[in-house]
Amino acid sequence: MSAPNQSPLTSHESPSYSPLGYPTNLLAPGQTYETVNKTIAEIPLSRAPMSWRFGFFVAFLLLMMFLVAITWLFAKGVGIWGVNIPVAWGFAIVNFVWWVGIAHAGTFISAILLLLFQHWRTAINRFTEAMTLFAVACAGSMPLLHLGRPWVFYWLFPYPDTMGVWPQFRSPLVWDVFAVGTYFTISLLFWYLGLVPDLATVRDRAKKLWQKKVYGFFALGWRNSASHWQRHQVAYLLLAGLATPLVLSVHSVVSLDFSVAIVPGWHSTIFPPYFVAGAIYSGFAMSLNIVIPVRKIYHLEHLITERYLNNMANIMLATGLIVAYGYFIEAFMAFYSGDIFERYMMMNRAFGPYGWVFWTLMVFNVLVPQTLWSARIRRNTVALFIVALFINAGMWIERFVIVVTSLTRDFTPSAWHMYSPTKWDWMTLFGSVGLFLTLQFLFIRLVPMISISETRELVAEPDKATIK
Amino acid sequence: MKRERQIPTTDHRSPITRANSTDEFAPGASQWPAGLSRREFLRLSSATLALAGLGACTKQPLEKIVPYVEQPEVVIPGKPLRFATATQYDGFGQGLLVTGYEGRPTKIEGNPTHPASLGATSVWAQADVLDLYDPDRAQTVTTGGGIKTLDDFWNALNLALESVKPAAGATLRILTEAISSPTLLAQLADVMQKFPAARWCIWDPLNRDNLNANEWLCDFSKAKVVVALESDFLYAHPYALRYVRDFSNARRIIDAEGARMSRFYAAEPTPTITGSNADHRIAVAARDILPLAQAIATRAGLTELDGLKPSSSSDGKIHHPWQDWIEAVVRDLKANRGASVIITGETQPLEVHALVSQINTKLGNNGVTISPVPPLALPANRIGFRELVDEMRGGAVELLIVLGGNPRYDAAADFDFAAAFEKVKLRVHHSVYFNETSRHSHWHIPALHFLESWSDTRAFDGSVSIAQPLIEPMYAGTSAHEVLEALTGQSPRTSYEIVHTRWQTENPVPDFEAKWRRALSDGIVRELAAPSFPNHGESPALAASASLPAERERTEMQGSKLELLFRPDVSVRDGRYANNGWLQELPRQFSKLVWDNAALISPQLAKREELENGDIVDVTFRDRTIQAPVWIQPGQAENSVTMPLGYGREVAGRVGRNVGFNAYALRTADAFWFGDGLTIRKNGARHSFVGTQQHHDVHGPRGILHDGTFEEFVSNPHFAQEKENHPSIDETLYNPTEYPYKGYKWGMVVDLNVCIGCHACTIACQAENNIPVVGKQQVAMHREMHWIRVDTYYSGAADDPEFTHQPVPCMHCENAPCELVCPVGATVHDDEGLNLQVYNRCVGTRYCSNNCPYKVRRFNFLECNNGLSPTEKLVKNPDVTVRSRGVMEKCTYCIQRINAARITAELEKRTIGDGDIVPACAQVCPVEAIVFGNMNDTRSRVAHLKRSPLNYWMLGELNTRPRTTYFAKLRNRSSDL
Repeated sequence: MSAPNQSPLTSHESPSYSPLGYPTNLLAPGQTYETVNKTIAEIPLSRAPMSWRFGFFVAFLLLMMFLVAITWLFAKGVGIWGVNIPVAWGFAIVNFVWWVGIAHAGTFISAILLLLFQHWRTAINRFTEAMTLFAVACAGSMPLLHLGRPWVFYWLFPYPDTMGVWPQFRSPLVWDVFAVGTYFTISLLFWYLGLVPDLATVRDRAKKLWQKKVYGFFALGWRNSASHWQRHQVAYLLLAGLATPLVLSVHSVVSLDFSVAIVPGWHSTIFPPYFVAGAIYSGFAMSLNIVIPVRKIYHLEHLITERYLNNMANIMLATGLIVAYGYFIEAFMAFYSGDIFERYMMMNRAFGPYGWVFWTLMVFNVLVPQTLWSARIRRNTVALFIVALFINAGMWIERFVIVVTSLTRDFTPSAWHMYSPTKWDWMTLFGSVGLFLTLQFLFIRLVPMISISETRELVAEPDKATIK
Repeated sequence: MKRERQIPTTDHRSPITRANSTDEFAPGASQWPAGLSRREFLRLSSATLALAGLGACTKQPLEKIVPYVEQPEVVIPGKPLRFATATQYDGFGQGLLVTGYEGRPTKIEGNPTHPASLGATSVWAQADVLDLYDPDRAQTVTTGGGIKTLDDFWNALNLALESVKPAAGATLRILTEAISSPTLLAQLADVMQKFPAARWCIWDPLNRDNLNANEWLCDFSKAKVVVALESDFLYAHPYALRYVRDFSNARRIIDAEGARMSRFYAAEPTPTITGSNADHRIAVAARDILPLAQAIATRAGLTELDGLKPSSSSDGKIHHPWQDWIEAVVRDLKANRGASVIITGETQPLEVHALVSQINTKLGNNGVTISPVPPLALPANRIGFRELVDEMRGGAVELLIVLGGNPRYDAAADFDFAAAFEKVKLRVHHSVYFNETSRHSHWHIPALHFLESWSDTRAFDGSVSIAQPLIEPMYAGTSAHEVLEALTGQSPRTSYEIVHTRWQTENPVPDFEAKWRRALSDGIVRELAAPSFPNHGESPALAASASLPAERERTEMQGSKLELLFRPDVSVRDGRYANNGWLQELPRQFSKLVWDNAALISPQLAKREELENGDIVDVTFRDRTIQAPVWIQPGQAENSVTMPLGYGREVAGRVGRNVGFNAYALRTADAFWFGDGLTIRKNGARHSFVGTQQHHDVHGPRGILHDGTFEEFVSNPHFAQEKENHPSIDETLYNPTEYPYKGYKWGMVVDLNVCIGCHACTIACQAENNIPVVGKQQVAMHREMHWIRVDTYYSGAADDPEFTHQPVPCMHCENAPCELVCPVGATVHDDEGLNLQVYNRCVGTRYCSNNCPYKVRRFNFLECNNGLSPTEKLVKNPDVTVRSRGVMEKCTYCIQRINAARITAELEKRTIGDGDIVPACAQVCPVEAIVFGNMNDTRSRVAHLKRSPLNYWMLGELNTRPRTTYFAKLRNRSSDL
């Protein structure tokens, strides 16, 4: 076994900062093509470190718990969860919206930052794209599990049915199917396209025949020729162009599940922008939660420098402020509208039986992220990791507040009822985390987790890698 | 094609027993018994063969209306047949119309021609059909736990009768429930004649002994003022269905023109359906009703000459806390002489009844709004229950035959019936269920359900009906008629023969058969005289309420001393319906609790004793203590604690066993309905109650309920509609004229003004639409399945609230929020305005329920219809889909009935007429508060009602344009209060 050789010139020993305290370098000094190739491409080719094995074991256990939970779910029905009438949507939908949100960072980083020539996407885009895929997979499983009759899930797709029945296109749930389906497809293509040159690098460095064959198969015969590169870049940019509107549309569509309904607390026009901001917010938080440990374990500090972390923290701070503004406007509009149902909803949200959840949300999502104004926090990986954890939890709680608290008390007081999750709800939530982490661990193990070709580009053009 | 029909077998074993008996032969049948020679074996088998051949020669008796072997002309498979029959509740008959499919009764309705029903039924009649198919019913004759045949029992009975015969039956006692069947009473008279020294006794834990000769028939349609002093005459009275119809007709308002409304005052210790509908209700302890009645009597002009005893509180000095109420009542009564009714309930002592009778007479109501009830003649030799128990304890009873009832469970605690019962040498219990009394009897004989057996019955007003069966007996049971027949030692006859012969003998007319058949099809006997008997007996002294409290205690207000009330439960009555899932899961009227009884306490008492809902208290009364969880009931008299009877059953079947606590354990003869001297102590333990409605406050002007006073309505009939704010029809993203509704346009009106909140609609819907019972745990998760619920809202102070009941079915919105959000189009609109739920298409996203502002949709979170016993499957309505797990369901306006009417109309080449379609909820409603019909037909009742100024949309501002609309609730306030 061999952990990748640690470069003697890692950046954290002598970082340089702009006058405002921002780290300036995207790449530690002294990197060559070969150090980049070696650091990244050796990981899938060599034995996994103990920490990977341990992490994978834990994630796999959680995944098995997920399987138990959904097996029992399919055997008995959604009645094993805490959902009821009036709260007919519970953890499954909360989890769905949460995972879709997390999925947003990947495309935002890959597509929007690419089009905006932001080079600080280089070392993290592969990670976050993979994270997007896995988060969409988790998200996609949730509505399926949520169905009363999951075995007929395909009725939501428009397929030529002998009865001539189509989905009902006025329903936002049908829009969801298209939005999430498109998003997954584009993300997969985008991720894979970026991966092709790197898979070729791994193929070329592989010593064992089966590795050569497998990586060679997926490298699609990449020979690094100029015409390959030319076509690759065109396709990549085109896909980025296609993916960019999706960043805004997917979570807007998801938010319409709520906006279109008449439930007080759902029926709000601010939802689409506020959901998109929240999605990017949680996506960056989840990216940090993954990048920070991986960077440490695989000693990638010279490739994923502090500048990346700092920039991600800045984005979180910005989107967090948008989200906080959303909270404020929601409350303000409830009172400004003069609508008795909206007003009661807001009072109930803050001071009703679930009031403590709301205030927890305020602390997690509004108060804690304000620490990111401090450059010291942004540069401190441990602190940043903890803040990101708070935001992830906070974003999950936000969806709980929106979905559950609104439903517990809507129009007709006689039907009001509390919601309490069962152990199966919790197992599904943490089980889906297990699915996500398992896939993430496999990704780290099997595929170059940082874009080799783009990092080499930074080596070749050092101007792009530093702020002047 | 000729259809082969299976001849019914005589296998009386239950389908379950049959299904489970994989082994055809008895255990050990394959072993050759020792000592049996070949010759012996051949002899026995030839004898068996010969006897089997002889047995086959028995001619089956001819009984018309039994299920058919060859298809009769009238029976069309798939088409239901309706038969009139009758049953009794607390001994009073009620006419029913029962729907059956190919000889399988599935739905009970009221008989419109029967005066005690008028087409409506109580919740219990709706639930009776579930009892019929209950797999926990007693299925075989048992003795000491062993299974026996009926013939074994007849032999044992004959042996026992031989031994009591020499002493003319001096050691024979018969204990019955309250009975009114003319045939059964005549048979009983015969038994008493055959055994002159034998005695019989009636025990009914909900008896009306307190009334004695003060039973009156009231005509609420003529009453302008009604005063109820602790009487639940709208719900728990034997004539309630008739009373409530008359009462509501005097209060029904459609148009402002010529609007009339009677005024209703109620005083009661614990909220009842009756009290909750009062214009002015006061919460008064049960013991304070007498002084209250005295105060009314005095002010109404009753003097000592009229027989009123003077008492400290009736001396003219006003010191009642309810002074204003009394003054207002008396003023209204005096202003409406001959047009008022004062009524009091069976829970009040004889004195109150006597006094109320006097007030009614004084006010000139006698003969106008009230008339005497024709007395029921009972056979001689009847003894009181106390006397019977004393005899049993003294060992004077050798053979006790208990016909129905459950005295070991529900007898007054101080009688110690259990110990006395053990002293009887031979105890026989005949009942539908194997219960506590059965367990301690030597023989238990399964009784036939009333849908399985012939009988007759007499209603509160004296009208008689013949009860005919709808189905062959499912188990090896027998009827009370056959048991009494056996006692007279006659050759065994079937119930049909017994009842038919009695009627024939009584009516020696040539066209008897025609009249008999007419009586059967009408459900009420008009042309024949009921079986009678000579030698009527005097009624014994009051059966239970032996001693009344001392004079001083009765006439003075008792301050803060606690009072215990025993009341029949609104669902399980005296406990007889404990094993009925529909009734157990039917929300109790105010608390909306299910699967439980609770000691109801007032909010003031809860504050004083620091009690919360679900706190378990030690209740000590007359040196007996039980544990009971409390429920704080707004509107409860401050110092009254109500104990609903009928729970804590130990031998009741799988559904009813150990549900709630047994309040009979505290009930004594001297405090039969209420009594002082109660202490409660919080013991720290908790009980988890489960209810379907947790918020009884409408939370501001939400447009859910509109109410006002009658005066307000007269001065401004549109007062309720003015509070409404309906958006314009084109405020929608979609085509507002997508559905022109050119043909039928179905709609419903629910009149909150007359709705009394009895929940009959909920259970009728459950029976009609195959709605499953989900159990306490699932209701705790708010997954009850009722398609129509009855919400009860409180307004005003917690200690003296006003109640408004609101039945909520699906609104069938024209702009239905549910329809837009379903991704697969499983809930869709039809061109007649119905909001349809397509079970087959539903994938179960539950989005529709979230988006329904009325929350009337119900979801099958789990599979509710797996594991039904073969008999339970029989209760399902074949016209309604049984829903599986994972699909949404809701009120369909009884679409199966709409389509049945459509088919009939098409065959007859006409359009569906008004009244052709009656949904189950509307059909059962005793006050006709629910009206359904075609809104396009301007002459239909529903169209007429929709034009009323009282008509409003629930949550109308949401632009749902509901088809179910409501009438605002009016209260006819006295100007003095």
